[in-house]
Amino acid sequence: MRAGGNSCDGFACHGSDPARMKKISQLTLDCVHCGLCLPTCPTYRETGNEIASPRGRIYLMRGVVENRIEFSELVLEAMDLCLGCRACETACPSGVRFEDLLETMRAEARGRGLHQGIAKRIEIFVLQKIVPNRRRLRFVVNVLHGLQRFRVLAALRLLLPSRWQRRIDFLPPIAPPRLRAPLATSFVARGKRRARVGYFVGCVLPEFFGSVQRASLHVLAQNGFEVIVPDTQVCCGALHAHSGDLETARELLEQNVRAFRDAQVEYVIVDSAGCGAALRDCENWLCDDGEGSTASPRQRESWSWLAHSIRDISEFLYAQGIEKPSREMRLRVCYDDSCHLFHGQRVVDAPRALLRQIPGLQLVEQEDAAACCGAAGIYNLTHPEMADAVWRRKLASIERANPDVVVTGNPGCLLQFRAGFAQRGLSIRTLHPIEILAEAYSRQE
Amino acid sequence: MHVSRHKFAFVEALRQIVARDCLLLEPEQLLPYECDALAVHAGMPSAVVLPENCEQVVSIVKLCGAWGVPFVPRGAGTGLSGGALPADGAVILECSRMNRILDVNVEDRYAVIEPGVINADLSKAVASHGLFFAPDPSSQLACSIGGNIAENSGGPHTFKYGATTEHVLALEVVLPDGTLRRFGSPSGFASGFDLAGLLTGSEGTLGVITQAVVRFTERPEQVETLLVVFEELVTACDAVTRILRSGIVPSALEIMDQRTICAIEASVYSGGLPTDAGAVLLVELDGPAPSLARHVQRIQVLMQASGARNVSVARDAQERLGFWRARKSAFGAMGRIAPDVYVHDAVVPRTKLPEVLKKVCEIGDRYRLTLSNVFHAGDGNLHPNISFDRRNADELQRVLAAGEEILRYCVAVGGSISGEHGIGHEKREFLRLLFSDRDLATMEAVRAVFDPAKLCNPSKVLPSTRSCVESNPHLR
Repeated sequence: MRAGGNSCDGFACHGSDPARMKKISQLTLDCVHCGLCLPTCPTYRETGNEIASPRGRIYLMRGVVENRIEFSELVLEAMDLCLGCRACETACPSGVRFEDLLETMRAEARGRGLHQGIAKRIEIFVLQKIVPNRRRLRFVVNVLHGLQRFRVLAALRLLLPSRWQRRIDFLPPIAPPRLRAPLATSFVARGKRRARVGYFVGCVLPEFFGSVQRASLHVLAQNGFEVIVPDTQVCCGALHAHSGDLETARELLEQNVRAFRDAQVEYVIVDSAGCGAALRDCENWLCDDGEGSTASPRQRESWSWLAHSIRDISEFLYAQGIEKPSREMRLRVCYDDSCHLFHGQRVVDAPRALLRQIPGLQLVEQEDAAACCGAAGIYNLTHPEMADAVWRRKLASIERANPDVVVTGNPGCLLQFRAGFAQRGLSIRTLHPIEILAEAYSRQE
Repeated sequence: MHVSRHKFAFVEALRQIVARDCLLLEPEQLLPYECDALAVHAGMPSAVVLPENCEQVVSIVKLCGAWGVPFVPRGAGTGLSGGALPADGAVILECSRMNRILDVNVEDRYAVIEPGVINADLSKAVASHGLFFAPDPSSQLACSIGGNIAENSGGPHTFKYGATTEHVLALEVVLPDGTLRRFGSPSGFASGFDLAGLLTGSEGTLGVITQAVVRFTERPEQVETLLVVFEELVTACDAVTRILRSGIVPSALEIMDQRTICAIEASVYSGGLPTDAGAVLLVELDGPAPSLARHVQRIQVLMQASGARNVSVARDAQERLGFWRARKSAFGAMGRIAPDVYVHDAVVPRTKLPEVLKKVCEIGDRYRLTLSNVFHAGDGNLHPNISFDRRNADELQRVLAAGEEILRYCVAVGGSISGEHGIGHEKREFLRLLFSDRDLATMEAVRAVFDPAKLCNPSKVLPSTRSCVESNPHLR
């Protein structure tokens, strides 16, 4: 178990980066060990184990930088068990930047060559070579579509052990290629133009969530916003940063900054909570971790511009005010706070307030709406057992609320809910808030 | 016999008792267990065990007894006196997995719980019945009730509702010899010696709590919270004395000084407290609506007469809860001032608050330390928070020296060294300030009745040297 650990002397470890270690050291000092994060952490709740809690993880990080323990496989496992939900950041009175810490720590692991397993290699390959490249990604999705269409995937599924079957079930039905055509690059505002905004497309979203994207563009235009969709934009880099590949994340960010600066927009609207949270905190990827510290002031300024231009679509529409949908939708709707909206962007009231404007819609609260659902990016592929345990709690709380529709603002969570409900045989629909709003608008036309 | 020598066989025996993922042995897994929320005192455990039921606790305690291995019960590790610190390579019994509410009796207003239940969760579970669990330590969102019982925890509302011991009706404990005992009665009227009372506040030295019957309190009809703003900390203390003399009994009386307010207001727990104030006083009153309105009015007049800059009443429950969220995050918010915080817990006669606070601030200045005050004024329970960086050895020495001077001063004016955090590891030697050797010998003797082998949370509470026999030959 300890074989992967690499012993090293202080900051002079092979592949270790002194600036990065210094950053970890600085950030861990924000923690005074009060423990308020513990009950909010999904993995602590499941295990009751300090090493699976934010406080424990920070203690380990400090142990590594102070050279009290090795950066061993066990330490890495403790870091990787974290879902990255950031509930601990909302609970922390001292303002510990946990995600920043975690990403920097994973970058350090990467630098030291600790991420070795075959699964990790596949993950790195997919993230580096396929996800950021629209053509390759499209090709892969088309192949998956073919496999789905000719039921090859369904046949393959039967050959797999049951715990892997659910991973396959996680894949939503993929629309035929013609329905996944790239979006137009601009959309005219309906009525008087209120502002010119950019729309962030993302990498897998157009492939799996075309309906959400069409709904976003429709609702924005309906409310008087001219929308620009720069075709030079790329993946946000969140998954890369989360896995410690800050280098790729920075490269992608540079492209996005250029794309949206050139488009001369006031805001950049994002309808995927995970992408929005990452872009808002993108300045964390720049500073003081060695490789990025050479960034020029101009570069820093432009990153900061993007970070401050990002708005979640619900947050934006609520702040700007929307045309009230007039047609009734008699539905019991349970809003689920996606972690990266609630904890990552502190967007809590806006989606609920928008939903309340739909006549007839009844908003039902679940017990712990801000708790993680277990999707967490690709976590449910890498840590199926823990993801399932976290999901079971969420499922129980949704079942008690007994809604017709679950609404949440993050694609990963939508996939989790869809797969989970299907497996449980529940007929609860899952929608992005903007989809339900678009539906309410389309009914009145 | 020490664990290291026969570790293999001992560990094998532990493996037979608990599930694979409930036994932690690797250095990386043990490191985060070397301290509780008081991180300057630390010691490495030899193992951490996470029992899932009472039977497992019995087996572990028996095994430790047979091998002569010390053991330390632990809750959520939010303690502030090093009570869960594993001294002497002890085995930690982490009770976090024993967190079920086993029974709730709404009519008779009690619940049967396992020790790992989180304080706030219990109140949440009965909120719909108009009940709550009264002890409300600031860490209540995270701390376990087992820990509350072990430390006899208080909280802001302890002033009216009493500390944890007032709310414990009965306990099931595994004694240090591995036998299971039940003390107290759900009726609240146990006959015979009050051993549940003795165990409450014994800081895990007399046994491991595996079940508790705790009392619920009825929600008061109405609650009003006043935010009183002062230019000076000492004026706020004077005002508290006046309230206490008025005959009105608030449910809580809390003071926060400017540095504390600024730290909190910079955090996610910001509650709209004025950062330009020298100090604020929170006065909470509860009870039947008609008399409450009168009391609120009287306090308002009294506060204006006491030199308050501003007196306001929380508009609604949201603002009131906001004040309390802010107040209860104070300890954690100190992390914004410096990497470490040492919070003291001295108690002084309430009438002496103004002079004691002056002295505390003077001591802080003299040792060149950053000191913030946030405390339960109604109880005279001070919490001087000293901010520092433990990597700075000189500063750490000054923190410890200043702390000692504060404690000595508080005892000298007729106070005590702990209000609610317990003596734990950090203050055991200071117990001598309060008790003679003979007094302490009696405590040792009581402890020996439960734990003759001295394995249950050793080197806690009672001072280290001199055995009871030497200091008191009359006790055997």
